[in-house]
Amino acid sequence: MKLLEYAGKELFKKYGIDTPKGKVISSKDELHNIDIPFPWVMKAQVLVGGRGKAGGIKFAENMEEAEKIFDELMNMEIKGEKVRKILIEEKINIEKEYYLSFFLDRSSREYLMMFSPEGGVDIEAMAEKVIKTNINPLIGLQPYHLRRIPKEARNIATNLFRLFIENDCELAEINPLAISNGRAIAADAKVIIDNNALYRHPELPKEDVELTPLEKEAREKGIAFVQLDGNIGVIANGAGLTMATLDALNEFDGKGGVFLDLGGTDDPEKVKQAFELMAKAKPKVILLNLFGGITKCDTVARGIIEFMEEHKLDCPVVARIKGMNEDVAREMLSGYVIAVESFQEAARKAAELGRD
Amino acid sequence: MAIWADENIRLLVQGITGHQGQFHTKAMMEFGTKIVAGVTPGKGGQQVHGVPVYDSVEEAMEREPNASIVFVPAPFAKDAVIEALDAGIKLVVVITENIPFHDTMQFVHYAKYKGARVIGPNCPGIASPGKTKIGILPNVIFKEGNIGVASRSGTLTYEIVNALSQAGFGQSTCVGLGGDPIIGSTFIDALKAFEDDEKTKAIVLVGEIGGTAEEEAAEYIASNVTKPVYAYIAGRTAPPGKRMGHAGAIISGGKGTAESKIKAFEEAGVKVARFPHEIAELIKNDKRI
Repeated sequence: MKLLEYAGKELFKKYGIDTPKGKVISSKDELHNIDIPFPWVMKAQVLVGGRGKAGGIKFAENMEEAEKIFDELMNMEIKGEKVRKILIEEKINIEKEYYLSFFLDRSSREYLMMFSPEGGVDIEAMAEKVIKTNINPLIGLQPYHLRRIPKEARNIATNLFRLFIENDCELAEINPLAISNGRAIAADAKVIIDNNALYRHPELPKEDVELTPLEKEAREKGIAFVQLDGNIGVIANGAGLTMATLDALNEFDGKGGVFLDLGGTDDPEKVKQAFELMAKAKPKVILLNLFGGITKCDTVARGIIEFMEEHKLDCPVVARIKGMNEDVAREMLSGYVIAVESFQEAARKAAELGRD
Repeated sequence: MAIWADENIRLLVQGITGHQGQFHTKAMMEFGTKIVAGVTPGKGGQQVHGVPVYDSVEEAMEREPNASIVFVPAPFAKDAVIEALDAGIKLVVVITENIPFHDTMQFVHYAKYKGARVIGPNCPGIASPGKTKIGILPNVIFKEGNIGVASRSGTLTYEIVNALSQAGFGQSTCVGLGGDPIIGSTFIDALKAFEDDEKTKAIVLVGEIGGTAEEEAAEYIASNVTKPVYAYIAGRTAPPGKRMGHAGAIISGGKGTAESKIKAFEEAGVKVARFPHEIAELIKNDKRI
């Protein structure tokens, strides 16, 4: 889960990391209750990157300008994401800009500290100047690690590392880390919390605007659900199999509209819930690709029938059912679904129905 | 022969009294796995399918287990893995899904320090047909043979293994490495082991989008693996920035695309299938096998 900049900065403050004086607002009236002297920096709060380039950061010299900018920013969409909040900050004097981050490195399976003497730009653009330091997760940050970066950034790095560990971060990034009158200040904040660990952090604000409403509903129900561009809803058991089914559709010029991973389940109710979600996404055709092992095919069949008895589904379901108790399941589902034999055949048939 | 798990495995089941633990204890016994003990704190003294249950791994060690499988819920999984490692167990297979990444990192490194192997988390486990199974993979799909399979996925692996068995290609060992970004055993670990395993004649890798494990595997194959390698990559049509079910299956910052993985494999001489079941056909048509 990504935190918006203002929420990241609130977390920073708890860990003794200096940030510019600021206030987050979502209505115009609030502009008049801000106790920060002009000039202001007004920053659109969005989760997508490239905000600066898209014009999401503006400067206001007085209230008149601030009101104008407020309207501009609030009506803005940055890479498809609507702006819902604006962070207003004091403008600070910047002498130097660094880059600093900690993240979980998949390849080394260690923490990685990245530091660059040139911050404020895209980290990829300064690759050769970056100092990378691996940190063993059982040992943690050591003084010698810190001696690899400038003195004035060490204290903030120590605090950021503590924040990174204690909040189960996938990433904690300050870019730019500004040096202003000799003080190190986090001018921006990018924090990503591991979703698996959110239960340990009930205090963090949940504002995952990256998800569509249906995706949010699915998350609450514990179903892996992703909305895509096409019109064919794919339900399979297992993330890999679901992805492979979407890929197979593509081979026959079909376009997946929903990725829905049933996971391993022995509860027909969960299957029913999955179909309810799928129906809400209004696909033109549903493709069910089931390889029963832990999940028995007849359990899934029972869930589908329960769903269909209660709801009128106005799209066809192409079903390929294989594995544990497949014969029983096929018999149960006859009349409810279009049964096909193979993986490939299923993809072909669904793609065809998606086109008509 | 087989890799990592063979007929000498004496298995401990952590979380044996739970729903999953009970179900798979039975399924593993039916596969032929020697299960010597189970652990669920507070449930010591019970039996599950004739297997004695203990309150702690330390007590269960009187049954001399040499491997463990973990079904313990995510918030308690790290504790369970560390407990097994501290008791001297050298192979821990972690089935549990949704374990916080920081927890996984710690037990993966602790295992290294203890000279032990962790498989998973968020994995279906490992099966060596005719010998043993430590996991939740369906029994019926396997056939004894000489193909080694390593995968980041579960059901997709069953699909591929099933197709291999039906085409007459049995397996030496099939290992599910797990769908998380941080895992205990990698493609490279599996490739090393399969290359050294006399019985294994060919290797199948099942990868997916996210991270660079496939690219690293391709590099390793090019200079270290003499046996034929085949691969399937899931997620060619996945959009960037979306987690596709597995925590690790995400294209971020332009990295982790299927194209990049397929290209890396092909450059390393690995044959890449378009459909999962096509792997069996690729092997059939390969004159080297």
